[in-house]
Amino acid sequence: MKNIKMLLVDDEKGFIDTLSKRLEKRELSVSAVYNGEDAISKLKENSDIEVVILDVKMPGMDGIETLTEIKRVYPLVEVIMLTGHATVETAIDGMKVGAFDYLMKPCDIELLVDKVKGAAKRKRDHEQKITDARIKEITERMA
Amino acid sequence: MKQSVTERTAFYQILTRKITVLILMVSFFPMILTTGILFYRFNGAYKEKINAHISELVQKHTQNIDSFLSEKLGNIRYLARLFDNNQQTPRIFLQQQMTLLRNQYGDVFTDLGLVDSNGIQFAYEGPFKLENADYSNAKWFIAAKEKAFYISDVFAGLRGHPHFIVTVKVSFNGSNSLLRSTINFGAFNSLVENIQIGRTGIAFIINTKGELQTKMDVRLKDSAIMSILDPDGHKKNETIFSEKQDASGKRYLCVTSMLNNIDWIMVFRQDIGDAFRELRKTQILALVLFLLGCGAIISVAFTLPRNIVKLIASADKKSEVMNRQVIESGKLATIGELAAGIAHEINNPVAIMVEEAGWIEDLLEEEELKNTKNFEEFKRALVQINTQGKRCKEITHKLLSFARKTDSTINDVQINDAVREIVSLTAQMARYNNVIIETELHEGIPFIRISPSELQQVILNLINNAIDAMHKGGGTIKIETKISKLEKNHVVIAVEDNGPGIPKDNLERIFDPFFTTKPVGKGTGLGLSICYGIVQKMGGKIDVYSEVGMGTRFRIWIPFQEPLSEKPLNEINVAEPVSATLADK
Repeated sequence: MKNIKMLLVDDEKGFIDTLSKRLEKRELSVSAVYNGEDAISKLKENSDIEVVILDVKMPGMDGIETLTEIKRVYPLVEVIMLTGHATVETAIDGMKVGAFDYLMKPCDIELLVDKVKGAAKRKRDHEQKITDARIKEITERMA
Repeated sequence: MKQSVTERTAFYQILTRKITVLILMVSFFPMILTTGILFYRFNGAYKEKINAHISELVQKHTQNIDSFLSEKLGNIRYLARLFDNNQQTPRIFLQQQMTLLRNQYGDVFTDLGLVDSNGIQFAYEGPFKLENADYSNAKWFIAAKEKAFYISDVFAGLRGHPHFIVTVKVSFNGSNSLLRSTINFGAFNSLVENIQIGRTGIAFIINTKGELQTKMDVRLKDSAIMSILDPDGHKKNETIFSEKQDASGKRYLCVTSMLNNIDWIMVFRQDIGDAFRELRKTQILALVLFLLGCGAIISVAFTLPRNIVKLIASADKKSEVMNRQVIESGKLATIGELAAGIAHEINNPVAIMVEEAGWIEDLLEEEELKNTKNFEEFKRALVQINTQGKRCKEITHKLLSFARKTDSTINDVQINDAVREIVSLTAQMARYNNVIIETELHEGIPFIRISPSELQQVILNLINNAIDAMHKGGGTIKIETKISKLEKNHVVIAVEDNGPGIPKDNLERIFDPFFTTKPVGKGTGLGLSICYGIVQKMGGKIDVYSEVGMGTRFRIWIPFQEPLSEKPLNEINVAEPVSATLADK
């Protein structure tokens, strides 16, 4: 799977900068923003972003709010929650709103890459299904 | 700590003493006062009554004797008047009159006689041959000679019989003569002897010289009679009441009354002990009751405060324990919040550090660096940074779960199932450490509404601790579940090992966060504080008992609601892992 475009959202600049460098080194195309509002506008600008990695605890719009907003506007974009502390409640909340998975900070880079790939695959599968359905619909109409 | 205990003991002693003194004072003061007043009043009243009774008796008898004497005197005076107008010879007159008196009064009058001014009895009628007896030297004659009438003291007389004489002056053949009559001593005596009260109460009559005028009683002694005599103190018609002491020291009552017709004194005496026997009996009864009352008060005064103080002490102890628990839980809560804050603050820098290390690792992979001399060292250092970063993460996560317990989804949990599951989880680890886990799970334990994962966490923690404590030596862990007998509606889970035990110094601190006896890097010191927090949140409590060399026992009490029906409303399989519960949602 190539050319996965992803967005990192976390208020910890030091963490996110290094993480994006590491992810880019693993042939992922990464952009980074430092708060929820920026994440929404970034998604608006780049409609080809497939996976968002979202910190749960942020000043301003927090993780869950941002997630809700993303899912509302871009339902196909997959979101992986990143938490400082994995409380089951947060995890459940995230899942309910539609997060793909969640990870605990600090996380193993390989694990993260796997999750991202999984998320991207699902997104692409979804899109594929939608495309297939459309084609089917069109062909049926033509028939 | 020790000082406060001694202070407390001293305080309790003072309290006990204060209550005792108070009870004694409050009980004794009114009792003594009441008893004293009643005793005094009763004594007074009773004595007055007895005295009045005796005085009245004596007065009555005195009057009786007086009237007896004046009647006899009257009889003789009447005879004297008859004789003055008489034309018969004295002898016949006496004979006639004697017969009349005998008919009228029986043998009160022994004889009648006429004595001339020289003391010669020239006429006599009676049982003795006393005609021409010479009385010129007799005391009574000398005393009576000049008087119109006279009653003599009792005396032996010519014949040696005690008797007394009544004389009345008459004129015979122009010269003064005396008409005399002897009064039967026995008849007179019986009047006095009628007064007999109690065992020692006797009456007698003495003259002003202290000579006995009645029969000598065996119980009387001369000295006793003499001591009574106080002729100056007597007036006619007066009863004198006194308490005296005889030679042998015996106290007695003495009532005296003077006769009207003659200077005789009626005396009644009775031993005080005898006179007031009934009073003494009552006094003894009262005293016995009083002493019994005192005994009762004293026993109550000494036992009651001790019991009260014992109750207070146990209440104090309870509240102290409760205070300590409140402080403990407060302390843990504060530390928990603090820890959560710190954990959050530390977690992010640690995450950055680990990322940076990872980045360096990534960079090291590049071709030109791979051949560097210290490449392996760099690699090793980075691995170490990673490992330590993970350790930090572990600590912060435990801290956070201490502050904010992980899965608090509440379910109906069957304790025994939960324990079995945990035992099976730890069985492998126990086997490696030569530890046998025994379970004694009592049936009939109701479902309790708690978070199953929290319960697992607590029991797991205790088992792990026990296994760790026993090192490689092995041992036995016993887990017991039952319904608590001490606490109502509580389930108790006991985890007991026969390991080395916990020293006393450590025992007080084992629930404190970060307290650990494990070597640095092996334990975080959070396990038991998390357990404590969880059990507190469940509304239960946890305690520990340990003896060095014998082992350690943890007990957890968890409350349950009284089951409404036999079957729980929704049975949930506890055995399913947490992730499954998550997926259900």
